[in-house]
Amino acid sequence: MTRAMTGAKMVVQALKDQGVEVVFGYPGGAVLPIYDEIFQQNDIRHVLVRHEQGAAHAAEGYARSTGKPGVVLVTSGPGATNAVTGITDALMDSIPIVVLTGQVPTFMIGTDGFQEADTVGITRPCTKHNWLVKDTKDLSRTIHQAFHVATTGRPGPVLVDIPKDVQFATSEYTPPHKTPTAHYQPRLKGDLEQITRLAEMIETAERPIFYTGGGVINSGPAASQLLRELVDATGFPITSTLMGLGAYPASGKHWMGMLGMHGTYEANLAMHGCDLMINIGARFDDRITGRIADFSPHSKKAHIDIDPSSINKVVHADVPILGDVAHVLEDLLRVWKARGRKTNAAGLQKWWKKIDEWKAVNCLSYKPSGKMIRPQHALTRLEALTKGHDRYICTEVGQHQMWAAQYLGFEAPNRWMTSGGLGTMGYGFPASIGVQIAHPDALVINVAGEASWLMNMQEMGTAVQYRLPVKQFILNNERLGMVRQWQQLLHGERYSHSWSESLPDFVKLAEAFGAKGIKCDNPADLDDAILEMINHDGPVIMDCLVEKHENCFPMIPSGEPHNKMLLGEADPANAIGAKGAVLV
Amino acid sequence: MSPLKIKKGSSKHSAYDLRDPNADVQERHTLAVLVDNEPGVLARVIGLFSGRGYNIESLTVAETDHEGHLSRITVVTTGTPQVIEQIKAQLGRMVPVHGVHDLTAEGASVERELALFKVAGTGDARVEALRLADIFRANVVDSTLESFIFEITGTPEKIDAFAELMRPLGLREMARTGVAALSRGA
Repeated sequence: MTRAMTGAKMVVQALKDQGVEVVFGYPGGAVLPIYDEIFQQNDIRHVLVRHEQGAAHAAEGYARSTGKPGVVLVTSGPGATNAVTGITDALMDSIPIVVLTGQVPTFMIGTDGFQEADTVGITRPCTKHNWLVKDTKDLSRTIHQAFHVATTGRPGPVLVDIPKDVQFATSEYTPPHKTPTAHYQPRLKGDLEQITRLAEMIETAERPIFYTGGGVINSGPAASQLLRELVDATGFPITSTLMGLGAYPASGKHWMGMLGMHGTYEANLAMHGCDLMINIGARFDDRITGRIADFSPHSKKAHIDIDPSSINKVVHADVPILGDVAHVLEDLLRVWKARGRKTNAAGLQKWWKKIDEWKAVNCLSYKPSGKMIRPQHALTRLEALTKGHDRYICTEVGQHQMWAAQYLGFEAPNRWMTSGGLGTMGYGFPASIGVQIAHPDALVINVAGEASWLMNMQEMGTAVQYRLPVKQFILNNERLGMVRQWQQLLHGERYSHSWSESLPDFVKLAEAFGAKGIKCDNPADLDDAILEMINHDGPVIMDCLVEKHENCFPMIPSGEPHNKMLLGEADPANAIGAKGAVLV
Repeated sequence: MSPLKIKKGSSKHSAYDLRDPNADVQERHTLAVLVDNEPGVLARVIGLFSGRGYNIESLTVAETDHEGHLSRITVVTTGTPQVIEQIKAQLGRMVPVHGVHDLTAEGASVERELALFKVAGTGDARVEALRLADIFRANVVDSTLESFIFEITGTPEKIDAFAELMRPLGLREMARTGVAALSRGA
């Protein structure tokens, strides 16, 4: 049975039928009919952000912490263009979000109308797919297809641009089950022949390593479970990218910490020295590989990925397995068990001995200072005082993000929201709002730098309006810390515009928004301040003044291989050659 | 502090030099891409090529299946084997793309291009142009006392050769369709 309704009503109906509970948005002229429909119902909650970029990041936070698609509703022109950074962020990190934008009426498209922008043109390269709906009869089908595309295969952002006259006009509603989606069905099952080859290699490898990424988390909770089973059954060491933290627990016996530019010594050296690398849902990002020519030179590489364009993009895969992580791991475990659960015990024992030597270097050690709060110490205390809580962590981008990845431990997937691929400063605060909306009773902390945090600080209004007890843990060094670090290492200590001048008083700022502000600059007060922050029932800005010139180590300088890590301040001079300096 | 010695533009496509020094052989491939004939689909494909720094030597597109709303894009591209594989994978994962066929790699294929040439001249040059057109099996589709328009179909190489011959004989304008291609056999 089909029903006739207006386009605006169709939008709301389609969202309901897709199981959407919350929409992050901002009204404007070209979406007024949809907002009118939202006003007249109670099934879908609308969260009013303070800037459209915030809506997109909040939807990302919602999606990453629930595994469900996040939904954004914004108006035409500036509404859509403001959302572009968030959409691009979702594309780079493979986060399913559905963005609905208003558009000027169809008869005005192309006339440079008020608040007109070529939204599908602008967002074509930063969405997985997008649609301009020119006829109300196509609208509900298009929205259902948009949800299908966003959540199928490698997830990503999609956008549906809806002209205002299409929202007003009436047509028949098509429910999800009558919407054709057959054409876009990426393959889930991996090739059994390749999976068997990998099982054989697992049996003989002397120095194996699991290198896992965000694909494990995107594949769903089953993938993390299967990964844990596989790691524990084989006894192989495991490391993960920034995106994949939590898929394997940080307290797990085989965990080596994060790898890559600011990864641990043991993880990077094990990547360099391994003879079998099993990449599960990661994409050989340049933050991970360093210099490609010297990347893990002696290993055979297996690569499990759902996206065919990720395989052989930058690193040749000896065993390419195209498929969904959970499906492939299930088959891999089955095949490997059926063949007798064999591993090379003698080889493994030697390999672990080597890894334990590298671990003994204790690359993340630091000396807490009695005078200034060192950022590593702030995070160590945050970890200690929030462990056991139902905790979700977001971050902004920069040094604090890397320290959070290094010093916080993640025991479960979907608990760690950070902008990995795009590196978007201003991501964390709105993301924490999206997470808190999805998990109202959880402890949601955004580990931030003061510069990143200011980029979307208007969302304090959202946090206060919806009584979201998000904790803004700002490691304030009055610097753009990562920029400053690179200028120190690469640009002759010429600190061009990398300090935060004229910072607000964060306590007063919090109070001005009707929230709580806490300032802490003394290591002796740190624990009390953190406890005060987490125990307060409401949004908190904690201004944690930290050592200003702390550098983030370990560090693989750009353009260097994994075994050329800098471990500390010892000799950073000439660490980065001219060739590395052109890289970002 | 010594100034940084950074060689500008050290890599053709980006700051990241990801090219395998052993695979630096440029290959020319003809790809047939079957896509949904929906608005913006050509922009999507072209945007992929420009956004990722791939080359387009020629590109033709037209609806080939009216019932199924499918268009066929024939694109001729050049790149290292790794880049060609990436192009195919990137095209293949696009939502409106139904299939990508590498006609160069998947056995023998036939390639044809159509071109129109306007050649102006009088006397011996005019006679010579007409004689060469005959040799190349080009048709005269328009004629005035001072000019011809020739229509020619063939491989891109044949059309290039014809253009070279026409140049000294008064070639004024040329329009080419780009390559259309099909694999041989059933």
